[in-house]
Amino acid sequence: MSESAPIIEIEQLSKAYGYVPVLKKIDLSVAKGQFIALLGANGSGKSTLLKMIAGLVKPTGGIIRVGGWEMPKEAEAVRAQIGMVSHKALLYNNLTARENLRFFSRLYALSDDNRINDLLKQVGLEKRADSLVNTFSRGMQQRLSIARALLHNPHVLLFDEPYTGLDQDAGAVLDELLKDAHQAGHTILMATHQLDRAARLADRIVIINRGAIAFDNTQSLSSNEISTLYSQTTGLATAR
Amino acid sequence: MTTSFHTVVLAIIQKDLQAELRSRELVATMLLFSLLSVLVFSFALELDRVAEEQAVSGVLWVTLVFASLLGLNRSMAIESDNASMDALLLAPIHRSAIFAGKLISNFLFTLAVGVLLLPLMTLLFNINLLSGWLWTVLLLGTLGICVTGTLLATMAIQTRAPSAVLAIVQLPVVLPILLASVTASNGIIGDLPFSDWIAWVQILAVVNLIYIVLSFLMFAYVIEE
Repeated sequence: MSESAPIIEIEQLSKAYGYVPVLKKIDLSVAKGQFIALLGANGSGKSTLLKMIAGLVKPTGGIIRVGGWEMPKEAEAVRAQIGMVSHKALLYNNLTARENLRFFSRLYALSDDNRINDLLKQVGLEKRADSLVNTFSRGMQQRLSIARALLHNPHVLLFDEPYTGLDQDAGAVLDELLKDAHQAGHTILMATHQLDRAARLADRIVIINRGAIAFDNTQSLSSNEISTLYSQTTGLATAR
Repeated sequence: MTTSFHTVVLAIIQKDLQAELRSRELVATMLLFSLLSVLVFSFALELDRVAEEQAVSGVLWVTLVFASLLGLNRSMAIESDNASMDALLLAPIHRSAIFAGKLISNFLFTLAVGVLLLPLMTLLFNINLLSGWLWTVLLLGTLGICVTGTLLATMAIQTRAPSAVLAIVQLPVVLPILLASVTASNGIIGDLPFSDWIAWVQILAVVNLIYIVLSFLMFAYVIEE
C-alpha cells in the first residue's frame, strides 16, 4: 500500500436490521493519520459504522477495506490493524490491569512484557498495574482500555463514545491520550456527542444523519460552527 | 497474521482459571447447589433403600445438569460484563478457538463439581459410585453437557434474560446426553452385565462427537449478531 493510499475505504456500505435501514450506501475514504470525529444523533448509525469496520457487525451490502485488506474475507488481517475503545471497558473485572494486558497480548501473539509496562506508564496506571480492574474508577478503566487497544500498535483506532461516564478530569486525561495517539501517527475514528472535543481534537468532521453522511469537512471549524452545522443537518439542538 | 489456535485456547483457559481461583464464584456456586440438592434427595429417599438405588444415578445427573446451568451462565456473564467478548472478537483469532477455550474451561469447572459429587454421594447414599466406568460416563456426560451448554450460553447472553433462556434451550438439547448417561450409570451402579449398558456409553460418545462438530461449525454464526 502506498503512503498516499487511504487506509480505510468504504464503498456503498449498507446495514439494515430486518427492514429497518441503519446505514444507507455510505462512501468514506480515510487517509492515513487522519483524526475523524463522527457526529450524529443517537441511532444515526455512528456506532454501527465503527462496529462494521471492526468486524463486529456484518454489513448488509458494500465494501470495507482497511490497509488494503477486505472485510469479511480477510477479516483477521483487518482486525490485526484495528484497536477499539468503546463506552464499555472490554476488560475482565477479576483480573488485574497487567493480567488483562498480558491476556490480550497473547491473543495478538505478543510476548513482550516491556510493551505492557510502557503502555501502563503511558496511560498513568503503572502504580495500579497489579490492582484488580473492578477496583478501578470509570476513568481508570477507560485508560486501561486504551492501553489494551494500543497493545498491538494498530494502524487504526476506533473510539465509540469514549467519554461516556467520565468526569471532567478523566475526560481531560483521555483528551491527552487521544492527542498522543494522533501524534504517534494512528488513524483515529471517534464517534462522539461532544462537539467541543470534536472541534479541538479532530482534523475532519463527519456528521451522519439517519444512516447517511450529511456533512464531511476537513477544514478547521470552531465548536460554534460545528454546533450550528450539527443543528442544521440533524435538526437537533446541541448541548455542548 | 492469525494467532495460532492453541495459543488462543490456552490463553482463554488460563484467564478463566486465574479469574476463578481469585473469585471462586463459579465452582463455589455450582458446588453449593450440588451439595444442597444431593442432601435434599438423600433425606427424601432415606427410608426406601430400593428407591435410593434406583434413583441415585438420576439424582447425580439431574444435579449435575442444573449445577452446570449455574456455572455456564456465570462463565458467559464474565464475557458479557464490560463487553469483554467484543475484545475477543476484535482480535485476529479464529472464532472456533474462542469456543474451544471456553468449552475446556467450562468442562474443567463442571467436572470438578462432578468429581467431588461422586464420593459425596457414595457417603450420603451408602452406594459405591467410585467404579472406573462411572468415572468414564461422568467424563463423557459432563463433556456433552458443556459442549451444548457453551454454545447455547453464548446465544443466551445476547438476550435479555440469559439464565431463563439457557435453561429453556439447554434442557431439551441435552436430553440425549442425559438419557444415555443415566441409563449407563444405572447399569454400572446396579452391577448389570457389561453388555447391558456399554451400548449407552458408546451412544454417549457418538452424541458427544456429533454435538462437538455441530457446535464448532455453528459457533461463528452464533457469536456474530
